[in-house]
Amino acid sequence: MSNLIDILTWVFLIGGSFFSIVGGIGILRMPEFYSRLHGGGITDTLGAALIIFALMFQTGLTLATVKLAMILFFLLVVSPSSCHALAKSAVNQGLEPIVDKPEKS
Amino acid sequence: MKYSFTLLIALVTIWFLWSGHVEPFMLILAALSIGLSMWISLRMGIVDEEGAPVQMGIRPFIQFAPWLGKEIVDSNIEVAKIILSRKMPLKRNVVTVVAGPKSQLGKVMLANSITLTPGTVSIKMEDDEILVHALSFEGAAEDLSGEMDRRIQALEK
Repeated sequence: MSNLIDILTWVFLIGGSFFSIVGGIGILRMPEFYSRLHGGGITDTLGAALIIFALMFQTGLTLATVKLAMILFFLLVVSPSSCHALAKSAVNQGLEPIVDKPEKS
Repeated sequence: MKYSFTLLIALVTIWFLWSGHVEPFMLILAALSIGLSMWISLRMGIVDEEGAPVQMGIRPFIQFAPWLGKEIVDSNIEVAKIILSRKMPLKRNVVTVVAGPKSQLGKVMLANSITLTPGTVSIKMEDDEILVHALSFEGAAEDLSGEMDRRIQALEK
């Protein structure tokens, strides 16, 4: 049983690390400012959530799990706010989003 | 009144869940800190349908959050595929979403949910219109935002 929990923990930890790294790669590879915001979104949501779920498997049914859940909740409320603040200040400074032409189909 | 009561219940619950103490001395400290928080909140005038949204109950957590979680996982995988693909097939565009929710809280929930799903970021909000920068799948961004809009409006009732 504890083996199963350890395996699940590892799967979630590695998954979370993978998505965090993909988010970082996204920030580097994307061509301009607004697209780069999307890369940070991956790290903020699935990357953070999977790592916190992995920690929850280790703490089990204790008060620490509740604290981890609250950390996840606040993270998910705060990170879009900061992302929006970045985007809005860019818009207000006059940075126009680059739009790709839709392909003729 | 019901908002103050909800806030009180929430503060007491959070205090016990975060501390786990039941000694008399700690309980006195708990009562003092909860009383101080209540007094400050009431003085600031933030105990209303925004500060303690009792009218929504627990529906945001049992109805909206699981669906949003599934959408977040789906769009995370989509965006991760785009980032890791060799050519990065970007179809960036900016769409305008008309926000259905009437209350400020509903609008904030909608805009934050749009930002929370990777691939769509809300960049500007004016009155009832949210400007959304979408990374890809032109139609899908509008469909997803429309679905979110309906679900948050259902929570407001």
